[in-house]
Amino acid sequence: MEENNPKRIYIRPKSGRFNLNIKELWRYRDLIALFVRRTFVAQYKQTVLGPAWAVIQPLFTTVIFTVVFGNVAKLDTGGVPHFVFYMCSNVLWCYFSACLTTTANTFTANSAILGKVYFPRLVMPVSSVLSGLISYAIQMVFFLIIWAVYLIKGTSGIHATWALVLVPLMIIETSMLGLGCGIIISALTTKYRDLAMLVNFGVQLWMYASPVAYGSSQISGGLKKIFMLNPMAPILDTYRYAFFGGETGIPWNYLIISACVTAVVLVIGIALFSRVEKTFTDTI
Amino acid sequence: MGNIIEVRDVVKEYRLGAIGGGTLRGDMQSFFARVRGKEDPNLKIGVDQSHLNERFRALDGVSFDVKKGDAVGLIGGNGAGKSTMLKLLSQITAPTAGEIMLEGRVASMLEVGTGFHPELTGRENVYLNGAILGMSKSEISKKFDEIVEFSEVSKFIDTPVKRYSSGMYVKLAFSVAAHLDSEIMIMDEVLAVGDAAFQQKCITKMCEEANSGGRTILYVSHNMNTVRQLCNRTVVLDKGRKIFDGDVEGGIEKYLDNQSYEQKLFNDYTNMTRLKHLEKQRDADLISSEILNKDSCVFENGEKIVFRLNWQQNKSLGDVFARIEIRYRDDSPVGASLCNEKLNKTDEKNHSNVLSFDVSSLAAGEYKAMIVLYELNSFGAKNDLDAAWPAFSFTKEVSDNNIVWNGRYWGYNRFPDIEVL
Repeated sequence: MEENNPKRIYIRPKSGRFNLNIKELWRYRDLIALFVRRTFVAQYKQTVLGPAWAVIQPLFTTVIFTVVFGNVAKLDTGGVPHFVFYMCSNVLWCYFSACLTTTANTFTANSAILGKVYFPRLVMPVSSVLSGLISYAIQMVFFLIIWAVYLIKGTSGIHATWALVLVPLMIIETSMLGLGCGIIISALTTKYRDLAMLVNFGVQLWMYASPVAYGSSQISGGLKKIFMLNPMAPILDTYRYAFFGGETGIPWNYLIISACVTAVVLVIGIALFSRVEKTFTDTI
Repeated sequence: MGNIIEVRDVVKEYRLGAIGGGTLRGDMQSFFARVRGKEDPNLKIGVDQSHLNERFRALDGVSFDVKKGDAVGLIGGNGAGKSTMLKLLSQITAPTAGEIMLEGRVASMLEVGTGFHPELTGRENVYLNGAILGMSKSEISKKFDEIVEFSEVSKFIDTPVKRYSSGMYVKLAFSVAAHLDSEIMIMDEVLAVGDAAFQQKCITKMCEEANSGGRTILYVSHNMNTVRQLCNRTVVLDKGRKIFDGDVEGGIEKYLDNQSYEQKLFNDYTNMTRLKHLEKQRDADLISSEILNKDSCVFENGEKIVFRLNWQQNKSLGDVFARIEIRYRDDSPVGASLCNEKLNKTDEKNHSNVLSFDVSSLAAGEYKAMIVLYELNSFGAKNDLDAAWPAFSFTKEVSDNNIVWNGRYWGYNRFPDIEVL
């Protein structure tokens, strides 16, 4: 059989080879868009508030954080009003957590459709990440309005910095990290469901290990070095610095480490994913 | 013309038994126990484990080629490996060994309406389903009107599909699949949807596509009539191996021969799997039957099947009657015979009746009989007690062998000959 005919598809026993077929994924871009739309539309159909629900969840978490960490525990926010301080990190964390948990369930949640028809399996996690982005955008608009009000009022502790240009990069890195971790878990859960049990709980623990409910200036000494190795920590710090300024600045060293970790996680994730995607229907 | 599908020595192996312990912890425990040479703590005591590592070959070295424009019917009994073959061809899972080559885009319809979301409207679902099946948005837009018109649900296209009747749902889903622009179509009995008129419309559409559109079709079905209408070639599988590759009638013949039920004079029903509604609790059990008047199960015109039927009642019953349903060997119904005399003359537990049944009106061929035992209670309501399927199988021979009975069009009921007056 000639190998070079582009129209020919060969179906062979699975190999351990790393194959990321970006071209095929691109050919299915319409499907990704439709899945994103499906998730979004179906989520808010027959609800009165509709997409407003996307705002309500982080809003309530923020209120609780403001009360518990700001007013009861009186954690230092570096002069930034508590509500907007927590809102900022919460919105980004919500997005990260959504990316991770939805992609972690890719195979189990979609086994019915994946068992009946072929399309590049990566379409599912990628569309999950993109539909998370829509909710994130809604929340972000809400945050930006509040932030802008404070900024115009000239509240001390809130300064727009040049680092705002880094915000899109932080968002991309967050989604890549969430996607990477998520697909690693999804690949492992095709055989062992244990990890799926751990995901929600694990993400919650991870949140407390990251500077979401507090600023990383609260941590000092040797612990800080370990703390900052958490790839989400420098992302959140940079993200927050962009909106509020302050003397902490951008932790460049850690940010680079974080980017490397993200890249490694994503590569491992795709490798594991492409290993299981061919035969997972036999075991799931 | 060249081959559009080439299947070479394809093997698909499954592990029998549960896959792993199910949890990571269980598997690790078993693994460490094995390393230390101890007994696996997760083994159930007293349970034979030897079958757990056995492998089962759903497909065992199957090869065939399909040329462009062919409509191939893939047939075989349950467990023959047809569905596994389709799964491999549609890239849902990978083979254990061997290779498959496909030239061109594949649209697989292993199920209609995959990915339909109940909350979305018909229109949105057409786009979504089309994209899942591999069409781009612009391709779907181009064909949208055609799809909707074919589906006969144009009035409801902007209604969420959860409000559709199940018939409308499958009609719309099938229409999307039928309008795919793909070189190869793989279908798993999906034509069995909708009402009879719609089914016919689907088959006609598929035939058109295969004949004029130059499309290649691979179709799996147990319904030999649709295979006859749609296909120009058949591949017959049995227990994971190819046993026939050739013309349609030959393939169907081979399949039916392979399926045919052993003809025995004595048939035991005690361990037979019953129909679903009779599976659990029965007020009476059919035990066995034995044909008394012949040495083999071959009957000629004018002969009757005389057989003894043994059965038992599990509680006090009203009047019990028997019914014999006759089906041709491809399971298509032929007719039935009733018994107007009650079988339980006494109220004892065990009963044995000798019954006689005339097969003169059957055309030559192989038949299967189902025996149904039913009760008429004091209100005159009929209640099935037990049924044996197939109760026994027999061959009818007709002496005027110069006539080939064309059962496909004539049916299997041969009425008394025409008299010229």
